[in-house]
Amino acid sequence: MEEKMLMKGNEAIGEAAIRAGCHFYFGYPITPQSELTAYMAKKLLKMKDAVFVQAESEIAAINMVYGAASTGVRAMTSSSSPGISLKQEGISYIACAELPCVIVNMQRGGPGLGSIQPGQADYFQATKGGGHGDYHLIVLAPSSVQELVDLTMDAFDLADKYTNPAMILGDGLIGQMMEAVEFKERKKINLPDKEGWTLTGCKGREKKYIVPFNLDPYEMEKLNLKIQEKYNKLKEKEVRYETVNLDNADLIIVAYGIVARIAKTVMSNAKKEGINIGLIRPITLFPFPEKIIAETSEKVNKFLVVEMSMGQMVEDVKLAVNGKAEVNFYGRVGGVIPTQSEILTEIKKYLK
Amino acid sequence: MKKVFESPKSLTKDPFTYCPGCHHGIAHRLVAEALDEFGVREKTIGVCPVGCSVFAYVFFDCDMICAAHGRAPAVATGIKRAKPDSIVFTYQGDGDLASIGTAEIVHTANRGENITVIFINNAIYGMTGGQMAPTTLVGQVTQTSPYGRDPKTMGYPIKVAEMLSTLKGVAYISRVALSKPAYILKAKKAIRKAFQSQIEGKGFSLVEILSTCPTNWGLSPIEANKWLEENMIPYYPLGEFKTPEEVS
Amino acid sequence: MLERIVISGFGGQGVMLIGRLLAYAGMIEGKKVAWIPSYGPEMRGGTANCTVLISSNEIGSPIVSHPKILIAMNQPSLDKFESNVSDDGLIILNDSLIEREVKRNDVNVIKIPADDIADKLGNSRAANMVVLGAYVEQSGIVKMDTIFKALEKVLAGRNKKLLELNKEALKQGAELVRKGKSNG
Repeated sequence: MEEKMLMKGNEAIGEAAIRAGCHFYFGYPITPQSELTAYMAKKLLKMKDAVFVQAESEIAAINMVYGAASTGVRAMTSSSSPGISLKQEGISYIACAELPCVIVNMQRGGPGLGSIQPGQADYFQATKGGGHGDYHLIVLAPSSVQELVDLTMDAFDLADKYTNPAMILGDGLIGQMMEAVEFKERKKINLPDKEGWTLTGCKGREKKYIVPFNLDPYEMEKLNLKIQEKYNKLKEKEVRYETVNLDNADLIIVAYGIVARIAKTVMSNAKKEGINIGLIRPITLFPFPEKIIAETSEKVNKFLVVEMSMGQMVEDVKLAVNGKAEVNFYGRVGGVIPTQSEILTEIKKYLK
Repeated sequence: MKKVFESPKSLTKDPFTYCPGCHHGIAHRLVAEALDEFGVREKTIGVCPVGCSVFAYVFFDCDMICAAHGRAPAVATGIKRAKPDSIVFTYQGDGDLASIGTAEIVHTANRGENITVIFINNAIYGMTGGQMAPTTLVGQVTQTSPYGRDPKTMGYPIKVAEMLSTLKGVAYISRVALSKPAYILKAKKAIRKAFQSQIEGKGFSLVEILSTCPTNWGLSPIEANKWLEENMIPYYPLGEFKTPEEVS
Repeated sequence: MLERIVISGFGGQGVMLIGRLLAYAGMIEGKKVAWIPSYGPEMRGGTANCTVLISSNEIGSPIVSHPKILIAMNQPSLDKFESNVSDDGLIILNDSLIEREVKRNDVNVIKIPADDIADKLGNSRAANMVVLGAYVEQSGIVKMDTIFKALEKVLAGRNKKLLELNKEALKQGAELVRKGKSNG
């Protein structure tokens, strides 16, 4: 076992990515994720056959990722909310071209230039596609620095496995905070061969091309259906979530990322007052853990979704609950983090 | 019997689908010939743009990828950095390179990325049906400059070769035309120099090719060649703007 | 056990660093730790602060609205955080730079003339270590030896003189608290 390290979330992502074999990073500075860009510069510029480019814009950065990924290497870019909006065009192309890559979004308050404090208001953008066309990212939502490490490594594997871009959806707080992390030895997993689609020059074979379009609508529809098939598989096989105290709960909180951590403190404080709270924490936001939510709604009739948004994930929770339980929402936005006491007050409203 | 003329290996057998009199076909062929002559076809990755030449991936017989509008230089950067031994070129029109993709082309050139850019300047948007390009001449009538390009509100045509040649990271830049055989021979030379510069690792190279768009100019192919020589060349002078000594 | 500490001061007083040392030492001793910085414009010249959590169990919310401990290195920090400190909490203040008294009477207060002590040691920038030494001695949250170990890790590669100076500052801060305890 390796020694524990005290690391900032943003830097931990960088270290995890490099250890996952990502030696190609293209980025553009933006608060509150700039430490990740700086970390990659510090490490990759000293590594043989590794590449760090500070691109001229987020748009250029994601397109550099597109180019690098087309040659079969593990490539990554990172940004925060406004910068992620700029990357959407490129992300849509990469999804259509069915290339693997990892995109990190350490969200801040929005909309517009918003604030630089943490937010979760990019949920729709991250999970529903974000750019034009029917596509999804594989979206992973870490709630601790250790999980940033583990999920960053998983993100590369999942992206390769499904030849689809994966996103780490964090927030400014988790990126800035330091916690103890371990870089554990990971089990070797079998990933599909990239040989079939990588551009390497056509020596000894027919030429290959990667074109994210087809002007024949029937062919384009076929491509859409093929991509959709991957999403169905993801929904079947890759859903991840954490549950705490679902049995006998008076109310279930659904929250992800840092807000789920706050919810855990709320749970223990509520318990002291005799209130029994359960928690469902989605770890994959796409595919969304709808089954566990649906099953729980058969047993517990009150839900509270807490987000740093005006209510985005709550829509997916409502779809999963499908009218079987009452779904309430509490959110703070613009960079404001909901406090445990606010959430507890909210809970008491519904348990009267 | 000795074979004196054949289709370059770096082109597929697919017939070009470009309009009659359009210069894309000639430009494609010259690039393909250069790739053949340097023997680099099998390690070349081309990046096609959005615009008429989005179909370049069909015609070039080497690995190809299609970039979003204007982003080809960024995509090429990613490829070249990941595979430094490959030969990477972008093929871009004037809307793609000189309008929506200005940030990408300027910074790719400024970083001195060791790639080759083939820049087709026909002073108009072709694929979308003849709108004003950043390179459209003053007074030129297009769908979006129906009374002629008025520099007071639409600015002046951008001279890409001159502008980029001020950047230190650039190794080779020249402007050529394809309207007559003598020009075509010169264009071929320039394209060869650009790829040679890349092969020798000298840095960013670009060849601006003045081309016709008879369809959207509303001219016959012959008239279009004449229009190019009478109107474009005086504003966009031909020649080399930057050469590393070893390449010139 | 869950210790909630807010450390605040001017940018440049090294409040982030002593927060990290505390978290690092907690980690070395096998505790769960989190260090959360304030970030943004306040980093550039204004007040800087960080929150440190040290716990025997998993840390839930890393957000601390009511710290049990406030280490205030300057007056704006005291002004900003005094009212947030939980009842029966502790305020350690840098007496060298803070002129006013603590207004609350439901918290404990330790005054440390940190800058004066650091000046006598020959480097006023070690004032942060003096208050850290005082806090560690007062709370016993981690061993002083572990802080030394953390210091060696965090300052790895810097000159040895600086390390010794910082250790001395930590010891003197601790000494003050020991004396205060035996007097009071």
